[in-house]
Amino acid sequence: MKRTINILVSLIMVAGLVSCNNGGDKKGNKGKGGLATNAAEKVYVAPGEHDEFYAFISGGFSGQLSVYGLPSGRLFKVIPVFSQDAEKAWGYNEETKPMLETSYGFVPWDDSHHPDISQTNGELDGRWVFINGNNTPRIARIDLTTFETAEIIEVPNSAGNHSSSFITENTEYVVAGTRFSVPIPQRDMPIKDYKGNFKGALSFISVDPESGRMAIKFQLMMPGFDYDLSHPGRDKSHGWFFFTTYNTEEANTLLEVNASQNDKDFIAAVNWKKIEEYVNNGGGIKVPAKYAHNVYDDETHTATSTMMNEVLTVNPLDVPGAVYFLPTPKSPHGCDVDPTGEYIVGNGKLSADLTVHSFTKMLAAIENKKFDGEAYGIPILKFEDVLAGTVKQPGLGPLHTEFDGKGNAYTTFFISSEVVKWKVGTWEVVDRQPAYYSVGHGMIPGGNSRKPFGKYFVSMNKITKDRYLPTGPEVTQSAQLYDISGDKMELLLDFPTIGEPHYAAGIPADIVAKNSRQIFKLAENKHPYATISDGGARVERKGNEVHIYMTMIRSHFNPDNIEGVKVGDKVFFHVTNHEQDYDVPHGISMIGANTSELLIMPGQTETFVWEPKQVGVWPFYCTDFCSALHQEMQGYIRVSPANSSTELKWSLGED
Amino acid sequence: MKKAGIIMIIGSLLLLGLFKFPLWNIMLGAPQYPDPLGMDIYIEGIKGVQEFDIKNIDGLNHYIGMKTIPEPKDMWEFQVFPMVIGVMVAIGVIIGLLGFFGKVSYKWFIGWFLVMSILGIMGMYDFNSWLAEYGSDLNPKAIMKLLNPDGTPMTYKPPLIGYQKMLNFDVDSWPAMGAYMMFVGMMLTIVAFFVGKKEYKKVAKKPILKTVTA
Repeated sequence: MKRTINILVSLIMVAGLVSCNNGGDKKGNKGKGGLATNAAEKVYVAPGEHDEFYAFISGGFSGQLSVYGLPSGRLFKVIPVFSQDAEKAWGYNEETKPMLETSYGFVPWDDSHHPDISQTNGELDGRWVFINGNNTPRIARIDLTTFETAEIIEVPNSAGNHSSSFITENTEYVVAGTRFSVPIPQRDMPIKDYKGNFKGALSFISVDPESGRMAIKFQLMMPGFDYDLSHPGRDKSHGWFFFTTYNTEEANTLLEVNASQNDKDFIAAVNWKKIEEYVNNGGGIKVPAKYAHNVYDDETHTATSTMMNEVLTVNPLDVPGAVYFLPTPKSPHGCDVDPTGEYIVGNGKLSADLTVHSFTKMLAAIENKKFDGEAYGIPILKFEDVLAGTVKQPGLGPLHTEFDGKGNAYTTFFISSEVVKWKVGTWEVVDRQPAYYSVGHGMIPGGNSRKPFGKYFVSMNKITKDRYLPTGPEVTQSAQLYDISGDKMELLLDFPTIGEPHYAAGIPADIVAKNSRQIFKLAENKHPYATISDGGARVERKGNEVHIYMTMIRSHFNPDNIEGVKVGDKVFFHVTNHEQDYDVPHGISMIGANTSELLIMPGQTETFVWEPKQVGVWPFYCTDFCSALHQEMQGYIRVSPANSSTELKWSLGED
Repeated sequence: MKKAGIIMIIGSLLLLGLFKFPLWNIMLGAPQYPDPLGMDIYIEGIKGVQEFDIKNIDGLNHYIGMKTIPEPKDMWEFQVFPMVIGVMVAIGVIIGLLGFFGKVSYKWFIGWFLVMSILGIMGMYDFNSWLAEYGSDLNPKAIMKLLNPDGTPMTYKPPLIGYQKMLNFDVDSWPAMGAYMMFVGMMLTIVAFFVGKKEYKKVAKKPILKTVTA
């Protein structure tokens, strides 16, 4: 214990030294940046021009996914995923509430971490982005024609869904590993009996190649370590998946010390093709597990939530040759595979060196059965037999590595707050640039694929302190853009991010932009409460429920005068946007409604509920400045006493 | 007159392009419409260049009190024009065939051209007066009633041909593929006339040559 504290203290001291060294650079760099070079020109995207790349940056504790342009760093959209968003009525309107259903009931928030873009043959195809909810384990699929969340699947038997959501090179699977090991099935037991009793579930979620629809194919029940991050093998190592682990000590308290004792933790190498074959031949055990599967339909404009009841589990010992452990120093965080699939980088966050394993050597070691013992029956390979090389003393606190496809790797260092470029194969450090401050992950567009677009590197920083105008105790986190097209990296741009930018996925804009939808066709609207023609606008009473079938088009609602609503009624506004023109959404809200506005895209129908509590005549209006007559786009509802006999009637344009 | 007859037939048949391609095109661009809205005017009706352009033009026009763009059933022109073109194509082909077999004079070719030209001018006149009526017969309860600098109510007749700035819109009105095919077709009937004339002269000269050689 004392020894560990000493090590930590000396680490922090070293960190201090290094940052002092950087201090000189930093002061020198700050304030001259763009003027000293042509950095400003490189990030300037003239008015009306488009960015070269989309960057999908995770919103961290905001629960959302932000869409930026690179190189400008301009924010285009925040896609609501796991958290309610009153601006877009996400999780507020009747249509999207089911998207946030879980086995724990309605969960209005999550912590979104690692976006990854779908691939075909190991290259980005730009159809979907997947992202994990960390807290209440879920995986979301965002459709890149609508830039909306199309599907959310809950991951049972998982807790702290962190080694997620990474996809295999033909989007066969999106993989979600658990950070916390837990009792499976959950039960009442002493926490101190963790060791040997908890399990870590690694979930392989299949993705339908046409619809993108997700389904949990199997869960691999691993020993009770913490599974931190993961990456698929690609090209030659396609068919394998690699997971970093920490807390192989299986400590259940004061992990900062107790989970930092082993010299080496593991990278778990999982041959998922082998397990897939086993499962396809009837292998595995079905166990009861409650989890929600939520799907949004673009034709009904409505989500449905289905509660699932069982999941297929696989004991790794039942599939010999499917799982091996690669010893990796010390509590590795990022687990990154280079574009050729040969090298597996373990970013040992408490190690001074960076460990790189060789896939070829791993196969040879397996072939020759050169094991160094086992853990819970899973063979441990010998460190020396699988080691490809070590990047010596590159910095402090390596977290994550990306590749540019030209033989270079870029590793982020949290403690020494820098990005270090090194050569894959020779392991020599060729450049380093400071990050402001404490960089977490980095991203190169296509960096998770066989074909990276090695022009820019984006660092995602946890701390900004003095980098921007202060905004009280809470200041923004940030991203920084580096030009990596030359021998030396060049810092071009700082830009603020939403929530916490854990990770990002970038893609050339031309792959995605051409598929972006402009409107929804009214003729294809299958919402059960849609009003397709103006003649269909009406109000219906069913007991104390009042259903308003309303249309909206520049610049009026139909109907816009409604009488016969009573105190105690539950009023459903089913509003259909009749526009069929690009970029003409309308919004609607009712005074005193205990919910958000609706923001309705052309051709779409959405519903909000209003429960009038007082008699009177109450207005509603369009909340999105839609046209020159936007201010005229309004209406009234007369609310009568509960026992009144005011006749239900509605109108538009009658005097 | 074989060559002239064939040219006359081809020229007449080119008018069939009007059943497939628009006669005229009007594009409306504005700051809010970098990708302009557009109308393709066919002899059988008016269609949007993109799927919802007509709906969107009507949506905008309602602010200034213009009527909605007519459906084919709302205008007699859309029934009559196709018949006129159909009949003229048929007559042109028959004349061409008769010319081919030497049954009619090449003068019939220019006759067809003149009739078609008169019909065309009448069509343009009708089209222009429709544009004028459409642009000036405004709903008295229009949302926006705008005045010209001289105090007269502003009207919104798109140009028959060419470019005009109307409020925030840049309006371009130009002939389209159907019109170009008709133009080329009609020019071919003139060519047929001259070729026919030349062929006729050759035929007329032949006996003279014969007598000389004899």
